Amino acid sequence: MRALTWHGKHDVRVDTVPDPEIINPRDAILEVTSTAICGSDLHLYDGVIPGMMSGDIIGHEFMGRVVETGPKSTLQKGQRVVVPFTISCGSCFFCQKTLYSACDNSNPVANQDVSENLYGHAMSGLFGYSHLTGGYPGGQAEYVRVPFSDIGPIVIPEGMEDDDVLFLSDILPTGWMAAENAEIEEGDTVAVWGCGPVGLFAIQSALLMGAARVIAIDEFPNRLDLARKLGAEVIDFKQTRVLDALMDMSGGLGPDAVIDAVGMEAHGFAPDTILDNIKQNVGFGADSAHALREALMAVRKGGRVSIPGVYGGFVDKFPLGALMEKGLKVKTGQTHVQRYTDELLRRIGEGEIDTTFLISHRLPLEEAPTGYKNFRYNQNDWTKVVLKPGMTSA
Amino acid sequence: MRHDSGRHRGDRLGLLAAATVGVVGLAFLYQQQTRNSVPQRRGDSAPGRAARRARFGRYAVVGRTVTIARPRSEIYAFWRDFSNLSSFMENVRRVEETGEVTHWTIAGPMGRDVHVESRIVADRPDSEIAWRSTGNSEIDTEGKIMFRDAPGDRGTEVEAIIAYVPPMGELGRWVAKAFQTEPHLQGRRDLKRLKMLMETGEIATSALRKTPS
Repeated sequence: MRALTWHGKHDVRVDTVPDPEIINPRDAILEVTSTAICGSDLHLYDGVIPGMMSGDIIGHEFMGRVVETGPKSTLQKGQRVVVPFTISCGSCFFCQKTLYSACDNSNPVANQDVSENLYGHAMSGLFGYSHLTGGYPGGQAEYVRVPFSDIGPIVIPEGMEDDDVLFLSDILPTGWMAAENAEIEEGDTVAVWGCGPVGLFAIQSALLMGAARVIAIDEFPNRLDLARKLGAEVIDFKQTRVLDALMDMSGGLGPDAVIDAVGMEAHGFAPDTILDNIKQNVGFGADSAHALREALMAVRKGGRVSIPGVYGGFVDKFPLGALMEKGLKVKTGQTHVQRYTDELLRRIGEGEIDTTFLISHRLPLEEAPTGYKNFRYNQNDWTKVVLKPGMTSA
Repeated sequence: MRHDSGRHRGDRLGLLAAATVGVVGLAFLYQQQTRNSVPQRRGDSAPGRAARRARFGRYAVVGRTVTIARPRSEIYAFWRDFSNLSSFMENVRRVEETGEVTHWTIAGPMGRDVHVESRIVADRPDSEIAWRSTGNSEIDTEGKIMFRDAPGDRGTEVEAIIAYVPPMGELGRWVAKAFQTEPHLQGRRDLKRLKMLMETGEIATSALRKTPS
């Protein structure tokens, strides 16, 4: 089959690789019909996520048609399904508590050692996202093997288009959980750093959950426009001092809740960012955390901090004092996708949530490297790229 | 001139080293003076293998506990049928129970098989199985596996303890680690695989195909 493979920093290629096959009883094989490039794939593209090996198939936002099932799979051939990026067994302590992204049993044992040493506990398995999380071949391919196919995949009724539901795999539930983690109360002012796909869905979700105002922070005009269309007020951090603006816009109180939808590759011209980036590039394992530092300074006393942005290592100059002295509450984590898919599918079906506004480009799988390059370096125009393995090159 | 400046640099380095020693020494003395001292420590609740300074003589003692969301009796029964062990113990090639003794064929470092013959020294249904190697073994080892109810209906806490005399001592232990056959690493991974098998009916793999093509 053809698949997008990683070969090093800024080097992804579409290669011919062996087709997957059923290995375990609960497996299924999908023929992928749509798969998206995620903002977190750019962390792989930039080479800042450890545990990648040359030839790894990446991609964790995908959907397709079931073509083969193991004896214990509950799926049927021909069904259309969206697959959560988190691989979850459904029966361990964590899955039982609906903490699906903390599943104990989905990361192959030999792959657990690194994260157990790095974080104190092993991470669960994720599709196409480094060997720290299992080294599972991802979904930016013609076919994909889906383990625990009786737990993760959500069956899509005929009549709903791929583009309507594809984002149930990651970014829609991630934005939703980000807003849920902000514990929004009626009348709240919520500030969101980053108007990428997750930030935009967090804005949409926060408004649905009753936020009176959402203030979105980014620098790219097109992304800020999308935020504005969803109902947010916006701050362009290249022309405005963010902390001063947020204080004044929230009546001197500070936002009730803040959401860091940026993560470990915060950019921009701030002294801490420059230092962070130097350390990141020489391999100190340091994350760039400008957005998070700013969010912790901005949030009101007793406020809530939600971190959907991905971090992987260590952070310097972390304003721990602000966290303690202001009595803040922090919630974060990889998304427990399976917890949200049913409800979000219903909301999409009832027309309450639209996700297609985000898609700027649809490309054949063969043109994935072009997609990566532009999604990385032309963030203003390329807001979301969907790859279609069945589409022929123009 | 050159010699002189070299000597001066040496002097400066010496001065810097002396100053560093002085500062560290003062810090140490200060800490000695100001810390709360404890004349004698009593034992704590932690397992012996977690001790900062272990005292097991020639034996290396390793162990690990996992919680498995299945009843005690089920996990005990699965373990007690020794032919099941090679399904989740990666380095165990074969386990044959013949009468009183059990014969283990274990993959060792550098592609060499290690043979161990063991005898059960305790077998308490649903709670504990303990074994010890006999004279016909290449490794002097003993171990036990314990099953107890986990609090809060979380299933069973399964604890494995293995004591062994590392062939060639500490050096042998490092060689085994390098080949990923060291019992601590193996024990940890094997228990996790047991958990996967008991909780999900399968052992997770990220392979694309059954056999690499």
